[in-house]
Amino acid sequence: MPATDPAGTAARPADAGRATGEPLLRLRGIVKNFGPVQALGGVDLDVPAGSVTALVGDNGAGKSTLIKVISGIHQADGGEFLWDGRPVTVRGPRDTAALGIATVYQDLALCDNLDIVQNMFLGHELLRGRLLDEDAMEVKARATLKDLSVTTVRSIRQPVGSLSGGQRQSVAVARAVMADAKLVIMDEPTAALGVSQTAMVLNLIETLSARGVAVLVISHNLNDVFAVADRIAVLYLGKLAAQGPLSEFDTQRAVELITTGAARGAPTAHADAVGAREV
Amino acid sequence: MSSTSPPSTGPVAGSSPEPPPGPRPATAALVASPEVVATNLGEYLRAWGKRVRSGESGMLPVVAGLVLIVIIFQSQSSKFLSAGNLANLTVQGAPYVLLGMAEVFVLLLGEIDLSIGYSAGIGAIIAVALNAPPRNHGWFISCVAALAVTTAIGAVQGLLITRLRLPSFVVTLAGYLGLEGVLLFLVDRLGGASSGGTIAIPLSSILRDFDSTGNLSPAAGWVVLAVGVAVFAVATAFRDRRRAAAGLVAPPVALTALRIAAVAAAGVAVVAVCNINRGLRVPVRGVPWSVLIVLGVLVVWSFMLTRTRYGRYVYAVGGNAEAARRAGVRTDRIRLGAFALAGTTAGLAGIVYASFLGSASNNIPGGQLVLYAVAAAVIGGTSLFGGRGRMLHALLGGVVVATIYNGMGLLDLSAAAQDMVIALVLLAAVTVDAVARRGTVAR
Repeated sequence: MPATDPAGTAARPADAGRATGEPLLRLRGIVKNFGPVQALGGVDLDVPAGSVTALVGDNGAGKSTLIKVISGIHQADGGEFLWDGRPVTVRGPRDTAALGIATVYQDLALCDNLDIVQNMFLGHELLRGRLLDEDAMEVKARATLKDLSVTTVRSIRQPVGSLSGGQRQSVAVARAVMADAKLVIMDEPTAALGVSQTAMVLNLIETLSARGVAVLVISHNLNDVFAVADRIAVLYLGKLAAQGPLSEFDTQRAVELITTGAARGAPTAHADAVGAREV
Repeated sequence: MSSTSPPSTGPVAGSSPEPPPGPRPATAALVASPEVVATNLGEYLRAWGKRVRSGESGMLPVVAGLVLIVIIFQSQSSKFLSAGNLANLTVQGAPYVLLGMAEVFVLLLGEIDLSIGYSAGIGAIIAVALNAPPRNHGWFISCVAALAVTTAIGAVQGLLITRLRLPSFVVTLAGYLGLEGVLLFLVDRLGGASSGGTIAIPLSSILRDFDSTGNLSPAAGWVVLAVGVAVFAVATAFRDRRRAAAGLVAPPVALTALRIAAVAAAGVAVVAVCNINRGLRVPVRGVPWSVLIVLGVLVVWSFMLTRTRYGRYVYAVGGNAEAARRAGVRTDRIRLGAFALAGTTAGLAGIVYASFLGSASNNIPGGQLVLYAVAAAVIGGTSLFGGRGRMLHALLGGVVVATIYNGMGLLDLSAAAQDMVIALVLLAAVTVDAVARRGTVAR
């Protein structure tokens, strides 16, 4: 496979094009600097459709920067952004939204004062003439939530501020589905959720990928990662330390990659030396 | 550190700490809006009562407060509830209500506009000066020119706030000071040296009739009321039918009927009172035009806020500007538009105020007007923190302010006492707002 790892520490070559040829999203050599600080130092990432890719890494590894680049909030200083095999230029969140990229943010970008339907359609309201078509939006919102098996909300006309954390996540995901997203990025979807609500969100992620959507999940919680991910990509200090199918990872190896950027199985002497230490 | 690991460490050492175990309810205790869960009137009333008890009291405090104020004033002065005084109250209140509606636009964004009082003054002076000799332009052209200028004033301030990222408080404070100067300048230039700072509206001009002197004929009042109630009833019934047809929860029929009946009853009361002769020498009767102007603006702006995409975005930006931005809303345009619309509405308020006084002058109390406007919006229930509020709040709050003003005037209480009472009412309203907000955030 053509993917070369600029970090030189990956244990396995990236398995781009493993199943269906081109992955939906392919990043090559993405660089992002904030003044003198290099947040991303040449990241190659593949996100295939119909599967869940988990992006893991320690604090400051560049996960948030990377997803902000993918969702168009930050613009990369260098590198290639390939969508369905075609190079594209991304100048802002509107461009990525037009491609079909939806991001469900860690801080839950919902308006508490608006109700569920209003939040789900925010930015792409249905109109009849020049007026809002509330009924059509409500019908479609209800169908989408039902599709995603979100049944715990009492009324979809209640303000989002009155919902629980898991329900808010569901609304945010349903919002992405509603926008016909091809790639849904979820930033720490289970942080601050209880046990049953975490299960609800993980189910939702599986439902999404079963519908053929590419899902990119950022998570600190390796239990959740191993529960839902099909592929894992590890960021370490702004570079991709490894990426590949879930079967190539176990918890031990993932933890080593996250904390040291290399695993025991890696071929370089440096990695061996680092990996030999107990983590 | 020895190489033996602690015995308790499991195979997944290093993974993130798990959330604390223990059952957690999947659904939090929710307090939904009664309209969305009730299927009959009894259920609706119970849901409503629950919501009021949980702090989401809506317009209940202001309506209860208004009733209380009316009872107090009527017990002190039997003239308070006379037809003449009530009609007087509506024409006095019209400028406050309109300015309150101007302020609602910016308050919904979590911003404030301190300049609308003097903006209104400039609107008044331009409309009157163009209409009065020596210019003698038509009333309509004069008003359009005035509204264009006040809209531009709002837009310029909005540009400074959105482009330069300046706080609206400071920009509009500068507007407050600067526009007072512009007002003095305009009165001198447009009125001439002999004006003495006041330009009177020509006696024959229709501008005089906007507030205080213009009345519908008694029959026309009834016709307008009948048409208004019929439109409201048909629109409501039509909407409910369509919702039911789409398989959505429609409000109970009894509730819809009750609501239409309440609107009709309020309308009948207003028209009936206004149609009583209140003239001392010549008979004066009929609904003041200012009532129609205020209700017209209320309907148009409410419609825009609730039924158009722009209105939806105003609420979204006020609720969570970052979320709106990430959803692709051009938040700067929304903000700019809100300041411009506040300017338009302020200009209209200025024209109505000039009509009430019969003239436009350089001693318009711009500072007091803007504070009354903010007070009207907040007393009515619009949040200072953005995202919550309605145009109707400005009407209710404006009526409260005007009632206090009017009632204390009847009781011959001093301006000092009036200001202190309005201050107390405002404090009470802000307290209700802050407490309600804390209640929703804590959930």
